Amino acid sequence: MKTYHFEIVIVGAGPAGLAAACAAAESGKRVAVLDDTPWLGGQIWRGEQARPSISQARKWIERFRTTGVTLLDRTSVVAVPRRGLLTAEHPEGPRAIRWQQLILATGARELFLPFPGWTLPGVMGPGGMQSLVKNGWPVAGQRVVVAGSGPLLLAVADGLSKHGARIVSINEQAPFAQVAGFGLTLLAHPSKLWQGIQIKWRLLGIPYRLGVWPVAAEGDTQVRRVTLTNGEKNWTENCDALACGFGLVPNVELALALGCRLQNGFVQVDKWQATTVDDVFCCGEPTGIGGADCALIEGLVAGYAATGQRSRAADLFYKRAHWHHFRERLAKAFALRTEVRQLASDDTILCRCEDVTLARVRRFSGWRDAKLQSRCGMGPCQGRICGAAAKVVLGWEMESVRPPILPARVEALLVLNGNSNGPAASPLSKT
Amino acid sequence: MDESIELRVNGTPVKVPPGTVVAAAVARAGVVKFRTSVLAAPRGPLCGMGICMECRVIINGDAHSRSCQTLCAPGMDVWTT
Repeated sequence: MKTYHFEIVIVGAGPAGLAAACAAAESGKRVAVLDDTPWLGGQIWRGEQARPSISQARKWIERFRTTGVTLLDRTSVVAVPRRGLLTAEHPEGPRAIRWQQLILATGARELFLPFPGWTLPGVMGPGGMQSLVKNGWPVAGQRVVVAGSGPLLLAVADGLSKHGARIVSINEQAPFAQVAGFGLTLLAHPSKLWQGIQIKWRLLGIPYRLGVWPVAAEGDTQVRRVTLTNGEKNWTENCDALACGFGLVPNVELALALGCRLQNGFVQVDKWQATTVDDVFCCGEPTGIGGADCALIEGLVAGYAATGQRSRAADLFYKRAHWHHFRERLAKAFALRTEVRQLASDDTILCRCEDVTLARVRRFSGWRDAKLQSRCGMGPCQGRICGAAAKVVLGWEMESVRPPILPARVEALLVLNGNSNGPAASPLSKT
Repeated sequence: MDESIELRVNGTPVKVPPGTVVAAAVARAGVVKFRTSVLAAPRGPLCGMGICMECRVIINGDAHSRSCQTLCAPGMDVWTT
């Protein structure tokens, strides 16, 4: 097993991770950033490395490159065998990574809620579809219905139409009154307001409906029709793809594995972005869904604080408070209505990995009980999709994670026994 | 467009530009079903960011590879299940 030693290790190369790396590098310490993907920029800036279109993303990626920070890409953390050590998977074999200070910048994923037909090919997360399109997924000429919740819906519709997709409609579950208040909030965040105006301008002619949500998707081998509702009447729209997501959920699995305390589902941090575990910091979406600007500031604070540059970190507190205000408004504006928590019928699949229906898990008392008795959450995504859905639909909390936190090769797991060197060359293949 | 990378999806040659992920190559090959679920239903990518595992395929003999996070390389052999 290949072993690395760094003073500062940052997990995630999105806005928060890049900012943390830039700040930490100023200390002169040995810093590394790990990321799951072959790219810099995380999911929000995916594709920016190859074809820059967002000046902010280009600026940060360039700044990161001048720091001399080591990038360990295609490296997925699978376990935390003990303090100061991470084990990770890489296409060329397992990795052991030693750290003195750890900064978690693990980002967020989309929230998927089950409704009849949500498992059909062609039903994708809006952000996920956007990411795939940036890496060659064909959408030109396709009819796409966009639905769910959050500011991402408009941005994605804009991105997809630039790639030649025909956006049929954009459907936001939050009612007008809720979203209108958010519009006023943007007056305090002019850069966001201007972004929004530009996007809406380009999307003129495409219906952006508020207080509308999907109730079913249909098709034989892939999605062909979507039924939408405004709570009073239902109607059906034909499509080739449905981009549907109900906002973002933080990736807190690694934080949980490290023993960090959560608060309302987010990683609890102090003013220095320090978690409840010594020498472990956290920044960006895992501490609260605030978007890239918020993540950048938190990343800088974490990077400075983790390397003893506290006065530089403190200089950013005022700016961070500004984006935390934005973050609170965002959560209120796009709060989920009761109806979207109840879209699944009894025979709707809840756990896609193991094909467990909602009816089969409903009778259990909680997440753990359901896992043990129905295999819900026991598949390769390890409950990342259905666990987040169960929290919203059934009110169940996922309290802990077990290693490996991602499916891993046996070689990567051998280090869990405490032998960080692992076997020199293992004949074991993938589990 | 520069479609300089040639790979095979379910045995059929596909040409894609550099920077294309395997999931996109599968879709370009006209394949809708990436895997068959436990109850034999067709599935395709959902999250697009390496979390849901719905897009997993066999890449060069490696089963359970996340096609949304893997870049296409010349001569790659991809099989859906």
